[in-house]
Amino acid sequence: MAWLDKAWVDTVLEALTAFFLIAGALITFISSFGMVHLRDFYLRMHGPAKATTLGVGLILVACMLYFVLIERTFHIQLLLVTIFLLITAPISAHLLAKVALHQKLPSDTSTTGAPSELREEDVGQEPDTPHPEDPGSSQRP
Amino acid sequence: MIGIALWISFFLVAMAIVLNAYRLLVGPSLPDRIIALDTMYVNSIALIILYTIWLSTRVYFEGALLIAMLGFISTVAVCKYLLRGDIIE
Repeated sequence: MAWLDKAWVDTVLEALTAFFLIAGALITFISSFGMVHLRDFYLRMHGPAKATTLGVGLILVACMLYFVLIERTFHIQLLLVTIFLLITAPISAHLLAKVALHQKLPSDTSTTGAPSELREEDVGQEPDTPHPEDPGSSQRP
Repeated sequence: MIGIALWISFFLVAMAIVLNAYRLLVGPSLPDRIIALDTMYVNSIALIILYTIWLSTRVYFEGALLIAMLGFISTVAVCKYLLRGDIIE
């Protein structure tokens, strides 16, 4: 890769690294600030579920560019961490939303609508069909 | 240029972890605390990566990957326990 030896490549890589570092750290801070500032759990979940993943992904991209800058090598481990975070963040957010609905956490008064596709037992009610080993469970008040 | 950006990023990510710790200690419900811990390990990955850039070494990449995997598995385990009362049915 002969074009990597040109003088302007270092300047461009350094500027890109600094930009990605600042952008990633700023987005991470904003998402954590939203988690402290917002009113109920369902609103607070937006920051960690979306913005934190983007912020940490940008910081990992900055680290990859930095190692291209100083060593002219490309490390694939950082890309693995980014992909892993992109895969796992929606799953944990989905499970946490299910836990919150199961525990019937209070939502903000201006919230409209309800989760319509969930079963009774997913939102903390008694299930429709009785458990096979406990036939009397659906008759409980 | 990278040095100044690195110090600003250290400060911002450390403040993010402080805010997560506030939500972890104060948080009115249990899912609040779980999601605070979840965000805290993702932010600690960012802190480790910033430390890697500061030292110009690549020793800690595997550490970041390990924290990502173990944190996800522990979050899923606690959520599963709260949902079903059991982790592996």
